[in-house]
Amino acid sequence: MTNEVLPKQPTYYEEVQRKGYSRRDFVRFASMMTAFIGLEQSAIGQVTTALETKPRLPVIWLHFQECTCCSESFIRSSHPIVADILLDKISLDYTETLMAASGFQAEEALHNTMTKYKGQYILCVEGSVPLAADGVYCMIGGKTSLQILEEAAEGAAAIIAWGSCASNGCVQSAKPNPTKATPIHKIIKNKPIIKVPGCPPIGEVMAGVIVHYLTFGRIPELDKLGRPKAFYSKRVHDTCYRRPFYDAGLFVESFDDANAKKGYCLYKVGCKGPSTYNACGVMKWNNGTSFPIQSGHPCIGCSEENFWDNGRFYERGSSFAGFGIEADADTFGKVALGVTTAALVGHAVATNIGKSKFIKEHQQEGKESEHELKS
Amino acid sequence: MANKYLHIHKLRRVYVWELPVRFYHWLNASVILVLIVTGFFISNPLALMSNAEATNQYTMGWVRYIHFIAAYLFFFNFLFRIYWGFVGNKYANWRQFIPVSKRFFKEMWTVFKIDILMLKKNGQQQDHLSVGHNAMAGFIYFLTFIVFLIQCLTGFGLYASMSDWWLPKMFAWFPAMLGGDIVTRQIHHWAMWFFILFAVVHVYLVFYHDYVEGRGEISSMGGGWKFIEEDVFEKNKHMTPNPEKNK
Repeated sequence: MTNEVLPKQPTYYEEVQRKGYSRRDFVRFASMMTAFIGLEQSAIGQVTTALETKPRLPVIWLHFQECTCCSESFIRSSHPIVADILLDKISLDYTETLMAASGFQAEEALHNTMTKYKGQYILCVEGSVPLAADGVYCMIGGKTSLQILEEAAEGAAAIIAWGSCASNGCVQSAKPNPTKATPIHKIIKNKPIIKVPGCPPIGEVMAGVIVHYLTFGRIPELDKLGRPKAFYSKRVHDTCYRRPFYDAGLFVESFDDANAKKGYCLYKVGCKGPSTYNACGVMKWNNGTSFPIQSGHPCIGCSEENFWDNGRFYERGSSFAGFGIEADADTFGKVALGVTTAALVGHAVATNIGKSKFIKEHQQEGKESEHELKS
Repeated sequence: MANKYLHIHKLRRVYVWELPVRFYHWLNASVILVLIVTGFFISNPLALMSNAEATNQYTMGWVRYIHFIAAYLFFFNFLFRIYWGFVGNKYANWRQFIPVSKRFFKEMWTVFKIDILMLKKNGQQQDHLSVGHNAMAGFIYFLTFIVFLIQCLTGFGLYASMSDWWLPKMFAWFPAMLGGDIVTRQIHHWAMWFFILFAVVHVYLVFYHDYVEGRGEISSMGGGWKFIEEDVFEKNKHMTPNPEKNK
């Protein structure tokens, strides 16, 4: 590496001031972020100091097989500073969706960041990587997404896998997965990876992950599936405001019934809240306006692995792969029960025929004893 | 003797199922019944026709509560049975369940011929088989234990995130390994059907053996006794004295 002196990067606070935010706005943002990432009140100072003193984090934001809903969600997070600073400034280095540069200029910007900040930058990946047909399903600037990812991951300090595509493949990797769409953690093994699943993930969650890294200089505490515990340790079900209806046993039976109007639990119309780990019930979406269940739609479990293939969206019944679309475990079970019962009836008949002599002997023996006993 | 061709058997009483085994059996049967019923309710709750406020109702909560209590009983009962497989009598021993010897497989084949194909051996209807479980039954119980294990892993795995206790938390790795709660719940649901099918076949076969062999198969899980023919007993008894007899 060259010994060239890196140009001094402005801190977040400087950027905020330049953008015209007041000190009050800034502190409000810092407090909000502290709460989101699950820290106690005393840590507000720590977060504020970090944002005041630390130069902005160089970030490369790659887009592969995705729909950009993660970026959309991010720029709609509840505090404008999130979008302005964390996205506008943070990802200035390289992001296909929002950067001004294009073509060779863009490639150069990417290359520059990769060499200048080797070992320091955060690599954000949105989308999965197709591995089939040598990766031709997703190519940028003549390179396959696999090549780009491997190149960019090389010098990254950490990788954030934004959204379900990068975390677990999402819809592209649903059966039969024609492009062999592959999540990041299955390709890059030697870097810390933070999975932020969801289709899309909540904007505040995305901002929170970055602020956490910025404040403490290390990735947040992750659960067993590699997701930040602060946001993914509780099920949607556990924080759902309709939970009392669930416990009471009051359910929406169909979308147009009176129960739906009353706002009963959506469990029986397929809500995946009881198996989905996310912060929707607490943080909600679009400035805390609402979340799917609040708008009367069951959770589809979009932040869970393989949620496209794990059963149907509007049913609780567990699907049974390989036995047709309509087959669920209970139908299969009932058929198996019928077959078993039929087999047993057949066996009972066969027993009485095949072992008739034996059974008769026993009966005679028993009757004989009965005769010989006095009553 | 009215019929000179009729061979009257003398039966000898054998203590096959010890009290802990019988206790395990009936506790297991009842908690599994409770788990299946409550499990079906949890998976597809009945539509309540009630005008009461949600505050005054706790139907789903109670059903789940009962399911979890039954699950704990099932789990500890299962652990106890494994323990008893090492300290219980020869019919409760783990060797009755795990096919490790050639003899085990040979007996399984014999059971298959007698009880399923209904073949006759040397013109005779039936060979006398084992006193406790026959090898085929033992092996099926071994599979059952594996399904027990699957239900414990998936069930407590799903329960882990709702609990503060270390015991269910120890199972949290299992849904993580499978890739989430949705698929874990489905496996839990599929495996439940094994219990239903098992119960049907199990009850049938108990009646079958009792009917065909007449050695007290059904009542054995009550008092613990089965009865075997004196000549079979003489043929199979070994000469080592029972150490407890001389005490």
